[in-house]
Amino acid sequence: MNQRKQRFLILGCLFLVCLTVSVFIGRYPEPYLTPISVLRTDTMAQRLVLYLRIPRILAACMLGMTLAAAGTVLQMIFRNPLVEPGFLGVSQGAAFGAALSIVWLGSSGITTQVLAAFFASLGLILSYLLARYIRYGGWTLRLVLAGIAVSALFSSGNGLLKYVADPLTELPEITFWMLGGLWSITWDEVSLIAPIVLVALIIIFMMRWRLNLLSLDDETAFSLGTAPARERAVLLFAAVLATAAVVSVSGIVGWVGLIVPHITRRIFGADAQWAIPGALLLGGIFVILCDNIGRAALAGEIPLGILTSLIGAALFVFTMVRPQPQESV
Amino acid sequence: MIPAIISLSDIHFSYNGHTRTLFSGLSLDVLPGTVTAILGPNGAGKTTLLHLILGILVPSQGTVLLAQRPRNAYSRREVGKLVGLVLQNEVIPFNFTVLEYVLLGRAPYLQMLQIPGPDDLRVAESALEQVGMTHMRQRSIQALSGGERQLVMVARALAQQPRILLLDEPTSHLDLGNKGRVLSIMQQLAAQGVTVVFTTHEPDLAASVAQFAVLMRYGTTLASGSMDQVFTTDNLTQTYDAPVQVIEVMGRRMVLPPYPTTNVGQVANLPPVG
Repeated sequence: MNQRKQRFLILGCLFLVCLTVSVFIGRYPEPYLTPISVLRTDTMAQRLVLYLRIPRILAACMLGMTLAAAGTVLQMIFRNPLVEPGFLGVSQGAAFGAALSIVWLGSSGITTQVLAAFFASLGLILSYLLARYIRYGGWTLRLVLAGIAVSALFSSGNGLLKYVADPLTELPEITFWMLGGLWSITWDEVSLIAPIVLVALIIIFMMRWRLNLLSLDDETAFSLGTAPARERAVLLFAAVLATAAVVSVSGIVGWVGLIVPHITRRIFGADAQWAIPGALLLGGIFVILCDNIGRAALAGEIPLGILTSLIGAALFVFTMVRPQPQESV
Repeated sequence: MIPAIISLSDIHFSYNGHTRTLFSGLSLDVLPGTVTAILGPNGAGKTTLLHLILGILVPSQGTVLLAQRPRNAYSRREVGKLVGLVLQNEVIPFNFTVLEYVLLGRAPYLQMLQIPGPDDLRVAESALEQVGMTHMRQRSIQALSGGERQLVMVARALAQQPRILLLDEPTSHLDLGNKGRVLSIMQQLAAQGVTVVFTTHEPDLAASVAQFAVLMRYGTTLASGSMDQVFTTDNLTQTYDAPVQVIEVMGRRMVLPPYPTTNVGQVANLPPVG
């Protein structure tokens, strides 16, 4: 068995362990671990696990998988390792929608999520339309520029909403939403985003080897029998729509979509045939672990975005300062 | 007479709609199993010509025939099996291994969602062997030297098992040894029946491997045909708009470039430096 398959097996086992153990982590009836004996007898604990913990773990898993896979896809089709999945107006659009709901409509979980999803999609659509009208550079550069412009537009709107928000009630809520978190997740949210996420991830997974071709120069990709523009568009929309779906329920969870792809490439190499499943597993594990810490470490919730950035940055520096072998796996 | 494998007739093409007309009525035939060099100054349309053959660009008028069939009668994948392309300076932003990269050449033989299998691996391995890079198969592509990289690009195109190989300035960044290596591979391929068409700025290289040459200037062909007909002092001088001289040295055709000269004796008589 080669080294790469071995690493996959290890990572796959880790993922399953992580998924299972997380069910027993929480703060009821006592902090950190919930023993199986308690789960057998305590009906409150049973309900808590069934209706809050499990959907939340599944959401964390979907969030991590989506951001990591979408990040890998976008970095490859934009041929730029610094791209992250929310950059096409999606993250800032979602944040604007959430802030708008908090300031104008008073906050209720579901309106915030619906508005976040709406403005995330609007951000994507605006970026796409704007890119069509930009008369400068190739298609990828135009999309990047349009994404930057639309994101800036939404973030200025965000600034305005923060400025007019009530500093005692609304402002902290906006801030908390933008730091990202999964505390409001129930089965409703999970069943709402699961279909979109599932379809998008299956498309990405099926096209994983093809993705390599789309990371080459247009002329080379063409000469290999692909339709670069069309195939990139399919993957782009799958990746960004799934991102919009998860971000609308989680808020902005930074760094996962940027660094998990890098760490994955360090472990499995650049070939997306391996890097995509690797990113799915690693992204899932990473966000589930961060969310476990966020919900169980302290009596209060630690926003997920803070943890992913903190732990992510540390991991990133750790993997990047290690020398890369000339012979890869 | 053997029918041409690439046949362009009366090609009209302009960039940006109609603002810059490049070709108006260009025609060209390439015979199978030959090496053809395309020469001309910068902006003459050499790369555009390759792109028209491949179909990345479409002429506004005129026909492109590949193996006696119109280019637009082929699907993208069929063209991928027929024609390989090696770019002048391909940018590969991710760190594939050599073998992973060469395997990408199998794409035209795979369905959209298919992943290469053992047969594809065999073809990729033999393509690597053909360019003498088997020992580098697990190296990461970004760790290669310019010459090794170029050989790997050629191997990727060979993994397509093409009948036509287009190379855009395949030797432009290479040292003498690697230039020689790439040229010999081109010659070997032609001997195996592959039709090789390449662009170059170095007439000497063209003279060493090509049987046919096309001299271009501002979208028109000044001369095209066998080397003996085309490679004359007059033709080349006209192509480059500079005094070029075709000479014969030790049984080879060489081209004296229009560079300024320093008197050899003068250099020898200079006082020692320092």
